[in-house]
Amino acid sequence: MTHEHAHPHPEDEGPPSEHEIMSRAMQELLEEKGLVTAEQVRRRMELFEQEFPQRGSRVVAHAWTDPAFRKRLLEDGKAACAEWGLDLEADRLIALENTPQVHNVVVCTLCSCYPRALLGMPPTWYKSENYRRRVVREPRAVLKEFGTVIPESVAIRVHDSNADMRYVVVPMRPAGTEGWTEAQLASILTRDTLVGVALPRA
Amino acid sequence: MTPSAYAPALQRRFNVGDRVRVKAVHPPGHRRTPSYIRGKAGAIERVCGMFPNPEELAYGFDGEPKRVLYRVRFKQTDVWKSYSGPGGDWIELEIYEHWLDPA
Repeated sequence: MTHEHAHPHPEDEGPPSEHEIMSRAMQELLEEKGLVTAEQVRRRMELFEQEFPQRGSRVVAHAWTDPAFRKRLLEDGKAACAEWGLDLEADRLIALENTPQVHNVVVCTLCSCYPRALLGMPPTWYKSENYRRRVVREPRAVLKEFGTVIPESVAIRVHDSNADMRYVVVPMRPAGTEGWTEAQLASILTRDTLVGVALPRA
Repeated sequence: MTPSAYAPALQRRFNVGDRVRVKAVHPPGHRRTPSYIRGKAGAIERVCGMFPNPEELAYGFDGEPKRVLYRVRFKQTDVWKSYSGPGGDWIELEIYEHWLDPA
């Protein structure tokens, strides 16, 4: 049926992509076999979008306020998170400490490996070929495009998340945050600061 | 906790600080060793543990025997001829033991 007016119709989305069809078919098969339910799949998506993105900020804010926890997080990220009630599932976590001498930044040059159980789904720029190709060979120029200028006196450590480990940056706590609650601290520990392309600001 | 595929690397070829070179080979198939690092020399930064071999997992096999995974640190100026940043900048990757030779 065709008619002429401007409001969008659901069918304007076009036909489903091949991946959408495969994903739908796989889910239907798994449901038929009783291995998953639609409710479980929906809940999982909800966790990725609502709960997981909050976790990294909370864990690092806790590390800022508790030196003993910070030490354990740097030694074994997954164990420290588990102790704090966060199950990172299959992810093995390496927490990377920014210092006055070293700035850390994370990339996955092969695909889009990302600490999803801690930060949720990766942002589009993280998956872009531009970021993946360039941040390994010209990290300072790429960080500058994010508005982050790292002085030449500070070494940049690029981490290619190319296999089984996942990475989170522990930024330096900025001056002016003395006496802040963990919730206040978590609010400046944005996703980009935990990937290393930005610095937290008080 | 959900079980991880990880196991501790009790038997291994390299230790922290050892100099290693990534094999400069280009076999077909699914590899987790990026092309840009093949042939480059660096040092073991940490031992990550043992993980199912991703080159087998990718084709539906069980990934056994597990392989030792290392974190290897490279000087950026050793990786990119045209690197324009300071000499103290590093890049680190995860490299499986069977991709490494002593350097």
